Amino acid sequence: MIRTEGLCKVFLGNGKAGKEVRAVDGLNLEVQQGEVFGFLGPNGAGKTTTVRMLTCLIGPSAGRAWVNDLEVGKADLAIQAQVGILTESPGLYDRLSARYNLEFFAAMYGVKDVKGQVEKYLRLLDLWDRRDSEAGTFSKGMKQKLAIARALLHEPPVVFLDEPTAALDPEAAKTVRDFIETLRGQGRTIFLCTHNLDEAERLCERIGVFRQRLIAVDTPDALRRQLFGRQTVVHLAAPAATGEIESLATSVRALPFVQRVELLAPADAQGGGRLVIALDDPALRNPAIVQALVNQGAQIQFVNEMKHSLEDVYLSLMNNGAESTPGGAQ
Amino acid sequence: MRQFRALVGREWADMLRNRLVFYVVIFVPVLMVALPIIMLFVSGRVPINPQDLQEMERTLSSPIFAGMNTVEAMQAVMASNMMVLFLMMPLMVPVTIAAYSIVGEKVTHSLEPLLATPITTTRLLLAKGLAAAVPGIGMTWLCYGVFLIAARFLSASERVFAVFVDPMWLVAMFILAPLLTVAAVMVGIIVSSRVSDPRAAEQLGSLIILPLMVLFIGMVAGFIQFNSGTFVFAAIGAALGDVVLTYLGVKLFQRETILTRWK
Repeated sequence: MIRTEGLCKVFLGNGKAGKEVRAVDGLNLEVQQGEVFGFLGPNGAGKTTTVRMLTCLIGPSAGRAWVNDLEVGKADLAIQAQVGILTESPGLYDRLSARYNLEFFAAMYGVKDVKGQVEKYLRLLDLWDRRDSEAGTFSKGMKQKLAIARALLHEPPVVFLDEPTAALDPEAAKTVRDFIETLRGQGRTIFLCTHNLDEAERLCERIGVFRQRLIAVDTPDALRRQLFGRQTVVHLAAPAATGEIESLATSVRALPFVQRVELLAPADAQGGGRLVIALDDPALRNPAIVQALVNQGAQIQFVNEMKHSLEDVYLSLMNNGAESTPGGAQ
Repeated sequence: MRQFRALVGREWADMLRNRLVFYVVIFVPVLMVALPIIMLFVSGRVPINPQDLQEMERTLSSPIFAGMNTVEAMQAVMASNMMVLFLMMPLMVPVTIAAYSIVGEKVTHSLEPLLATPITTTRLLLAKGLAAAVPGIGMTWLCYGVFLIAARFLSASERVFAVFVDPMWLVAMFILAPLLTVAAVMVGIIVSSRVSDPRAAEQLGSLIILPLMVLFIGMVAGFIQFNSGTFVFAAIGAALGDVVLTYLGVKLFQRETILTRWK
């Protein structure tokens, strides 16, 4: 549905002191139909430039890209008719009503049932009651919803959302996020640029971590596994002397499938310390671990799998930069 | 065609709500139609200085003033001079609209979603150009019509009125004015495409009026005399200029530069 091969974008500098800026460097990517794909990266990473190339707003300097099997640079108008884009800024006509804004873009996209589509999306996004108000009078959240409606009016099979919740308050961000969630399962391919990691975790099936180059691409869980492995955390009941915990750790280390054991301080005053056990498959191995610990007289509060946040994954990838390329990217 | 209509309609709807642009579109024509009417009114009622008459001799040598008495001649000359203002109107009004049409959209961030729609650059610029040109041409013709109605009542004679509907002025209003409008629109769009501030775009675009101001001053000072030939010649020049400016407008409209360099 979206495919790129060695996609590059180089901006030539301005004036004498200007130097070339390589915004996107050899991007190889494939996003499947119906997938919600998160494109993560810091400010200035080249996410917006990538979106602009894929929506034919700017041309690539090198490489090729296809959207919906149409090649960028060869079928630009056809691609633009089949994609919806939510730009970083809503970019509405503030002096015109919400309805006029949508009717105008519906006409630009060649929508047949303009009135019907406009009404459908204004109602879906709870803007119907304000349909005749000037867009300039809307709150940021309402403007963003109106811009999302604009991106979907022509029912595009591919939707690019560039920082859809940036600069929104938590309530407005939740409303927008909830709406994006409703778009899942409609068969649309959604390309979501964001640096909101919670949002990416919640909405995206796969994520690509990007900074000029694609550093990693996979599902969030797969990236966690690749970077941190899998770990079981055993929370012991208090009180437990340091020596006791050490002997428990030794008994666990003796198990053949255990890769590593760390001792951590208790999570709270009631706890008696924690054992962090690296292994291949917690669901399969945990009963044996619990059994071994109980046999050693351990009092176990509870056991859970340690789940690194997507932030840990992201920061680890960003810090390792080009050296680390999990997920087979580049 | 639907895109074209939608774009022109949207430009006008937005323009009507943009007070600055709206006032320019209304104020300039009102001023420019008022001046010739006032001249017509005043020149028919003030006594004529003999020195003025001497200075007018050269002007009155033109065949269109033949057989007029001094009052008629004064009215015809003064009002004709002011009618050149009607040729400035199709420059000033569209330049203001066109200047806002690209850079204004960039400033309000509405240009990127617009450029993301399936519309070619040529069609986009033509629609924006038409949206800017029609009010300019319409206003020029409307003001000329209003002036003719006023002249019908204020002219000292049929001979004076005939000067204002002379083929020379018909060529000026119905051929030269639209061609000048197209030139003004394209200059406005070119400037608007290259400048990142709406006011700067408007001010730079307004420079297109300078050549016509020189002609106006030359005419009032008596250095230049207009006739049908002058206007036909000017119309040919304007038509050639339109072709060049339209080509340049499309060539210089760089989507990538506008989207990535403007902040």
